[in-house]
Amino acid sequence: MKIAFTTKGAEWDSEMDPRFGRTEFILVYDDEKDEFTSFDNREIENEAHGAGPKTSQKLFELGANVLITGNGPGGNASAVLEKAGIKIYIGAGQMSVKDAYEAYKNNSLKEF
Amino acid sequence: MIINLRGYKKMKIAIASGKGGTGKTTLSTNLTALFAETENVVLTDLDVEEPNSGLFINGILIKEDIMYKMIPNWNESTCSLCGACQKNCNFHAVIQLGPQILVFPELCHSCYACSELCPTDSLPMIKQRMGQLKQFKKDKITFVESRLDVGQEQAVPLIGQTIEYIEKNFPSDIVRIFDSPPGTSCPVIEATKDANFIILVTEPTPFGLHDMKLAVETMKELKKDFGVVVNRYGIGNDEVIDYCKENNIPILAKIPNTRKVAELYSKGELVYTELPEVKLELQKIKNYILNLKINN
Repeated sequence: MKIAFTTKGAEWDSEMDPRFGRTEFILVYDDEKDEFTSFDNREIENEAHGAGPKTSQKLFELGANVLITGNGPGGNASAVLEKAGIKIYIGAGQMSVKDAYEAYKNNSLKEF
Repeated sequence: MIINLRGYKKMKIAIASGKGGTGKTTLSTNLTALFAETENVVLTDLDVEEPNSGLFINGILIKEDIMYKMIPNWNESTCSLCGACQKNCNFHAVIQLGPQILVFPELCHSCYACSELCPTDSLPMIKQRMGQLKQFKKDKITFVESRLDVGQEQAVPLIGQTIEYIEKNFPSDIVRIFDSPPGTSCPVIEATKDANFIILVTEPTPFGLHDMKLAVETMKELKKDFGVVVNRYGIGNDEVIDYCKENNIPILAKIPNTRKVAELYSKGELVYTELPEVKLELQKIKNYILNLKINN
């Protein structure tokens, strides 16, 4: 399973980015292969509109099954994520990626 | 060619402000009524997210139109899933998700790029209701207001279509006044970009000055002729006046701050008819407008 995180850096101990659409990075952890990939999403700053759907589409392309984020996506982004069948967990905005993964494993994150 | 407006073409005046609540509607409605004492005038409320000029112009409803914007509608059966639509959309309103295309009407700017450039014509544009336009008549005043439907997020298409409606339905020898939305974002640009002259209404306070500077910069960027009306003159400080002098921005009028204005406004009444000191200032604005020359 591929778990995507919205983050402020490309490392396992980077801080989470509480924003979804305008997150700086997306980290994807494949827990079956124990593989770790990152995507630099900072170009999104130049977009005036539609950051949510665009980042959602990126998650789909990255093949994510689960999204772990902070505040949670807005309406347009949610619509894409739902169609893409991605499960969303929120409330990890103030954690490190590592802590967010632990929290997810312990079922202490809220499902969106 | 320069044409003197006394005679031929008349001005399209947009009344705008950086800061909200400075008196755009008060000025728009009162100035319109003053013009209407002697000539035909068209007032248009372009603040489509919260139009309120109509509260002060109790005209007779003579026309009502539903306003539509055009959005693409995906035809699954002919689509080859080539992905051109999402590449061509600058607003991420069209998203390809594997075997399906999602359209977000609220992000769509009706530019037709996805539709026109689709190799299989699988995104025909269809009408979607966005609001309503109403036209009223009261003596020499024609009043037009557009109102965005609840839930619609984009004011720009409705503002644009409302201006087109005015262009199409009224001759250019009538003064046309446009009550604009506040701020300096897209709706304001749309509401002011076709006007011949912009009146920026401000109040003489630090907030008023701060937001007026933003509006001034916006008008300079749009290469517009503009002037300032100081409303609620007498409160705050002289910084707005000083700024305008330093930057050679004409101050068209200083409308004095009185409790009576607020009382009349709160009852939905015009103020200049009751207050000679306000009428005097409005007369200055009217004269200024009538003496403006339009560069065709």
